[in-house]
Amino acid sequence: MKSSACRTVANQLRITRIIDTRAESPTVKTFVFEDELCRRAKPGQFLMLWIPGVDEIPLSIMDARDDGRVAVSVRALGEATVALHQKRAGESVGVRGPFGNYFTFNGGKLLLVGGGTGVAPLMFLTRRLISRTVGATFVLGAKTRDELLFRSELEKVGAKRVRLVTSTEDGSCGLTGLCTEPLGQMLERERFDVVYACGPEQMILKVFELTEQRGVPMQASLERLMRCAIGLCGSCVIGKYRVCTDGPVFTSKQLRHVRNEFGKSKRDRCGKKVPLD
Amino acid sequence: MKEAGLGVDLAGLRLANPTMLASGILGYSAEMLVDVVKTGAGAVVTKSVSQKPRGGYANPTVVQADCGVINAVGLPNPGIEEFSKEIRRAKAVVSVPLVVSVFGFSAEEYASVARKALGAGADGVELNVSCPHVKNTGSEIGQEPKILAEVIRKVKVSADKPVLVKLSPNVTSMSDVASAAVRAGADALTVMNTVKAMAIDVETAMPVLANRVGGLSGAAVKPIALRNVYEVYEQVDVPIVGCGGIADWRDAVEFLLAGASAVQIGTAIADEGLGVFRAVARGIGTYLKRKGLVSVSEIVGLSHRS
Repeated sequence: MKSSACRTVANQLRITRIIDTRAESPTVKTFVFEDELCRRAKPGQFLMLWIPGVDEIPLSIMDARDDGRVAVSVRALGEATVALHQKRAGESVGVRGPFGNYFTFNGGKLLLVGGGTGVAPLMFLTRRLISRTVGATFVLGAKTRDELLFRSELEKVGAKRVRLVTSTEDGSCGLTGLCTEPLGQMLERERFDVVYACGPEQMILKVFELTEQRGVPMQASLERLMRCAIGLCGSCVIGKYRVCTDGPVFTSKQLRHVRNEFGKSKRDRCGKKVPLD
Repeated sequence: MKEAGLGVDLAGLRLANPTMLASGILGYSAEMLVDVVKTGAGAVVTKSVSQKPRGGYANPTVVQADCGVINAVGLPNPGIEEFSKEIRRAKAVVSVPLVVSVFGFSAEEYASVARKALGAGADGVELNVSCPHVKNTGSEIGQEPKILAEVIRKVKVSADKPVLVKLSPNVTSMSDVASAAVRAGADALTVMNTVKAMAIDVETAMPVLANRVGGLSGAAVKPIALRNVYEVYEQVDVPIVGCGGIADWRDAVEFLLAGASAVQIGTAIADEGLGVFRAVARGIGTYLKRKGLVSVSEIVGLSHRS
């Protein structure tokens, strides 16, 4: 009998009912469902969500609890996500996963930088680390005040343990501009042991450059076109890495190896290298 | 110890060891191909490439089956013009044979893509005449011996390097198709592509794959692939590359004993990681040593002696 690796088990498609939905912003909704495998997921891991008859898409896990509840937060953007936003509690979706690696933590002071829906996996990470860290700063960025995700939860859970810095591109809440703008000063004034980033790749690139200058290790979650999610099809390659199995979380050291693609290009549906949007 | 004695001559291709990356797996980018070689593959086959770019099918493109995976990715590729850049970049670095998997929607297209791939530096081409989930190509060609023969002849006219032909199990007699392929000039045969299959979700009462049907690979198809290699070996004189569910050295040795000169590995990477190539190659080496043999060729087809 051959060893059947856990990846095969995780790849079995499960059908589950949505048990709750809630609006996080005018464009982002959270979907909660039960799943035996994903409830054990670690922050940074992703799942493949099947919207029957429409599409199957990769989503970062936003929360996973011992009671079996798993949550993802999704912006209505394309055909699949718009269709998902129509789903109500009681309707069925398919789930594969959890897939990929996860954020690691070795203690100390941490800085989290999240832009747009990239805040979702960092929110999951914050919930897990909050009791173990000696101090955390969360830089939360969005285009407008309405789109700042999980602000009230961060304010509540974080009251004493997490310093929250908000920034909006239109200046409607907190600092005005991109969420990477205050980072240079923050990294200069304070010594962080690790920086976690997720959001638009240009943002992550900026965080990477700033942390490289200061010699602070970073872990960032990247996004690429995903098909098989089990390391076979090659759709999600960046350099020599497969985002689905070598990632989605990459360290500064790994990102240095893919400088010619990171923040610059991705592969389209045909596998052709194209500039990032 | 260096993996001495594991080298294989496959229709003129000098493989570092009998393991090859199967087509359709990972082979989009030069960096990925280079990394697969670093992890121990004796040769690599790229993803299948066509004349024009293709975007492939909508997801779900992959669904897990018991002991295997069903896929209908839809042959996405950037087209041979764009892919030639990756071929050149990979060839500048890798020391083992780089085989480009080729498909088209006519004999002329197969020939044209093969010519361009070889022009870009490929060491050989493998004709995908066996993909079970794209219309007017793949197995629709490989299931018709006359059309198949025409494709191979057209490719051979301008190909100055080995032409492998990857056969479909979705036929009445693979041996008959194999004979037709060899008569038309195939230098080697890859046995086999995926088995046409599907999965239906009972809750939604829907086929899971967006394309409804796909190809089954992995451990589930291994005994079928092995039997096909065994039968084709008795029928033809060109080398055979075994492909289908190979995950460890024992699987690989079974294929060699059945008549394969080399083996391709794909689906097993999902569970075993890229280390599977080195593990399989080393295992074959250990087996040969234990049997007091010095080269892979000594066991090719050995199970046919009785």
